[in-house]
Amino acid sequence: MTERYPGYDVLAKRRTPSWNEQTRQVIDHRLAITREPRYLLPELFNILDAVCARIVPQPGDRPPVPLAALVDTKLYTNMQDGFRYAEMPEQGEAWRRGLAALDEAALAHYEKRFPQISGEQQDDILRRMERGELSGGALGDMPAQMFFAHRVLLDIVSAYYAHPTAWSEFGFGGPASPRGYVRMGLDRRDPWEAVEAKPGEEETARHENARVR
Amino acid sequence: MRVSADPLAAPRAIGGRAPDVFKPGGWVEMRSYAEDDVVDFVVIGTGAGGGPLIARLAEQGFSVIGFDAGPYFRPLEDFASDEAEQQKLYWLDQRIIDGGNPIRMGGKNSGKAVGGSTVHFAMVSLRFRPEWFKSRSALGYGADWPLDWREMWDYYTRAEKALSIAGPVNYPWGPKRPRYPYRPHELNGAAELLARGAEAMGYKWTATPLATVSAPHGNSPPCVYRGFCRFGCSTNAKQSQLVTFIPRAIAAGAEIRDLAMVGRVETGPDGRATGVHYHREGRWRFQKARNIVVAGYAIETPRLLLASANDRYPDGLANSSGLVGKNLMTQSNQAVWGVMDKEVRWNKGPPSLAITEHWNYDDRKNFQGGYCWMAQGPLPVEWATVVTGSRKLWGAPLREQMMQYNHQVGLKMVGEMLPSERNQVTLTDEVDQYGLRIPRITYSWSDNDKALIQHALGEMQTSLELVGATDIFRQEDDTNHLAGTARMGSDPRSSVVSADCRSWDIPNLWICDGSVFPTVGGVNPSLTITAIALRTADRIKALATRGEL
Repeated sequence: MTERYPGYDVLAKRRTPSWNEQTRQVIDHRLAITREPRYLLPELFNILDAVCARIVPQPGDRPPVPLAALVDTKLYTNMQDGFRYAEMPEQGEAWRRGLAALDEAALAHYEKRFPQISGEQQDDILRRMERGELSGGALGDMPAQMFFAHRVLLDIVSAYYAHPTAWSEFGFGGPASPRGYVRMGLDRRDPWEAVEAKPGEEETARHENARVR
Repeated sequence: MRVSADPLAAPRAIGGRAPDVFKPGGWVEMRSYAEDDVVDFVVIGTGAGGGPLIARLAEQGFSVIGFDAGPYFRPLEDFASDEAEQQKLYWLDQRIIDGGNPIRMGGKNSGKAVGGSTVHFAMVSLRFRPEWFKSRSALGYGADWPLDWREMWDYYTRAEKALSIAGPVNYPWGPKRPRYPYRPHELNGAAELLARGAEAMGYKWTATPLATVSAPHGNSPPCVYRGFCRFGCSTNAKQSQLVTFIPRAIAAGAEIRDLAMVGRVETGPDGRATGVHYHREGRWRFQKARNIVVAGYAIETPRLLLASANDRYPDGLANSSGLVGKNLMTQSNQAVWGVMDKEVRWNKGPPSLAITEHWNYDDRKNFQGGYCWMAQGPLPVEWATVVTGSRKLWGAPLREQMMQYNHQVGLKMVGEMLPSERNQVTLTDEVDQYGLRIPRITYSWSDNDKALIQHALGEMQTSLELVGATDIFRQEDDTNHLAGTARMGSDPRSSVVSADCRSWDIPNLWICDGSVFPTVGGVNPSLTITAIALRTADRIKALATRGEL
């Protein structure tokens, strides 16, 4: 994937009128999150880590967003969604069962634990789960399809796109209080918004993005 | 700026003062009542229904206490510009959902804060089409309201003035209405594209009437278009209940009790309500009252009435019709999304800056009910869940789709769903953190609901195609807003409350929120809830004057 917003870093606006103190504190806290599991046992946490790498693959040339730790924190702090499908157990129980089921499926199909099989093999297991082809065992009566859609995708993807690293990647303007935005119309950019690189003009964009404050 | 201590840890509105929402660290004096004081009104819930009612009752000289299970936020100190952090504004306590089309609860249909869901609502402030108040007799579906649209038109005008609604000089649909109190907001890129698409289809469109000020009002500065508008407004431009009617209520002598969860309404030997059991500061307490108004919205209102069942009312309070919890309605909130060559940057400004209500007013269609659509601007987390939910993308394809963020455009409907008794709120045997039974929310779309949705998806897709969007896809599963579960009517056998929001069974028990809607209409419900609350306050005053309370 070529860089579309080269050099843009939403965190460079941290000390500008686009970020108020509340926002700085919240994001600082998110960036400082502990990498160690606090809710899941290490064995399940390792499976979660492997799942995260397939759901949101991250480039190797920057520090990764610690997705497994962010999901584990959601469970540890018991951050609820506000609803539970009647077929589903509560989120912590769902994750424990679902991760163990992925491990079982990896053993059944590839005779290795989920973290030890290749990325393509992991995708194969995940797609089986997505299609609802896994059942019984650790899943119990939890529908595999629902676990995949409403826990795996929701929790991991929500964690990634709540992270400033993701915002910088796709040029999201990010927090803007109290300054807000001024140029509202189509094809208009405020000086504190990311510059998109037109093909062949990546260096110009990089230069401009260094001045985005 | 100082950042205040955790508003969830302990009540803030206590000891004769409440937070001054306009001043960091500031306080306003607040009257406080003793639990032995038999106050004229206890109002349970402080949102679009409870907020105006508390203020108007207090202004008319009644003694009033407003209860809210949620915290008392200070907008200038407590609201980060962050999707994940702002989940704290939603009602996230456990609810079980089932049925053919379970309603996902949370940010789009709940709030747990003083001010209710108006603290995070998208500010869209629309009037019903007049015929919807008589949809059974005028349009042939649903149920008639016991209200006259001409009277409601006046209360809409009052609500729009109280909330300083920013909107157009001339509204393109329905009978004449006064120009909006504040000038319309400018369009963002997403709204420009709605306008172009509507014009290409021969439909009218307009700037959406919004409850965020376009010029200063009192202590509210004009909107700065920061774009985190489905969350707490950190500048106080948004005219939520928290910064409009609640401060008015306190100034007029009402008490607000935050972090106060009402678990049961008590009735006496004569069958009348006597007070409420509520949980605050770690224990259950009891407040006496002459009248009780339940304003907890379409889940918590029936939940409380059902949970208050006793020997005299074994099926729950106000439930002789058997309709408490029944006829739950949500609104269809499907969308069509696409990609523009140009940069749209749809996150700038309020998300719904332009609207077409064409299909609310054009009856040449093969289904019942209406819908509107609005421009959209989901923030990254919400957008990512749309992409994963609707396109089933994950892995590298998900990241590639997300790279299009600044070029995305979309149209999202608010559509009418028809009432049905099988869509309902009941109680499970599981209990929550207060020891109260968790609600079960059962919902299935009817064939008519599905036909309306398909019609809207086709229309919105045409609009996007006509502005040159590519890579178009449909989001087929979303819903928002709630109504029903304690409908108003003119017959005690087929409704829970009268036109005055007074329960048929217990004369000093009232219900004042979206629960009373017999039909939900094809526009966002909050302004109608507020208009009904303003009317109810006037009716209570009139009844009191005649000695009929």
